Amino acid sequence: MYEGMLAETVTIRGHKGDIINAYFARPLGPGPFPGVVLIHHAPGWDEWYRETTRKFAHHGYLAISPNIYYRFGHGSPDDVAAKVRAAGGVPDDDVIGDVGAGLASLKSLPQTSGRVGVFGTCSGGRHAFLVACRTKAFDAAVDCWGGRVVMSPQELSSKQPVAPIEYTKDLSCPLLGLFGEEDRSPTLEQVAQHEQELQKYEKTFEFHRYPKAGHGFFYYDRPAYRQEQAVDGWNKLFVFFEKYLGTPG
Amino acid sequence: MCTGIIENTKVSGSGKGPQGWFSVDQVSVCFDHPDHAQGEHAVIINFLNSGAGPSARIAVELTPESAKSLVRVILASMSRSRAGQNI
Repeated sequence: MYEGMLAETVTIRGHKGDIINAYFARPLGPGPFPGVVLIHHAPGWDEWYRETTRKFAHHGYLAISPNIYYRFGHGSPDDVAAKVRAAGGVPDDDVIGDVGAGLASLKSLPQTSGRVGVFGTCSGGRHAFLVACRTKAFDAAVDCWGGRVVMSPQELSSKQPVAPIEYTKDLSCPLLGLFGEEDRSPTLEQVAQHEQELQKYEKTFEFHRYPKAGHGFFYYDRPAYRQEQAVDGWNKLFVFFEKYLGTPG
Repeated sequence: MCTGIIENTKVSGSGKGPQGWFSVDQVSVCFDHPDHAQGEHAVIINFLNSGAGPSARIAVELTPESAKSLVRVILASMSRSRAGQNI
């Protein structure tokens, strides 16, 4: 059986019509394919996110990862990420706009099945949950160890004015959460708090907590990598997406 | 930005990166996930030129114990200098 994919950088109109770049990958073939918008993590729009975008395409999804740090300039991902950190992060509203643009670009493709999920890790996990609450546009969401879904009043800022947990009642699609039991951001207590809020509003969700794993246990290039937990997490993720987005191509 | 712990200060000085020396006007210190250091969290110190591009950066990632040692030796060296006596 012939197998192939197309992967490239593209430009899309992000929040407020700003032109930003994005990494896009899709299986070759007519489809229809479900889609995934990937929200990159705090270390930036980096190689891991390009690889993960291609991983989704390999599994039969149209996949796009908008560069939500585009407005901070160009350079190596860690340099740009440092600039973002120094500025106190990206505004939540900008992320929602940029992710919405990624979604629109996937839905404009002739190969789309019309069903699209959102995925993010680290700060991108927080963003994935936030986007799933503040828009009605996605069919499934995956939050991998997103820190600061629960935020103290002292952590709020003009860029992140509301803790995402406050939007839980508005969650518009099923949610999968993957967390490491040894993570300190989010802590197990914060994960439990989020879970209670989801139960309170009778949302469709599943949370999985992995023993002997901390923050970022999918990242094979970092000491936090945990092979057994990562393999299981990816399996759960693809089962979840297939359930809510339909069979991939 | 998972922890969101960030402190910035204006500074005046210079730093040397791969492209040579440049002016430094900001230091950003955060406690967050490192890019390169071992461990889940590190004290990440970035010396920046805020008016230049993202590559105008000197970065270090230290364990909390190392960061405390750095603070101690900076203050110790200044206390032994004539300039430090006037601070």
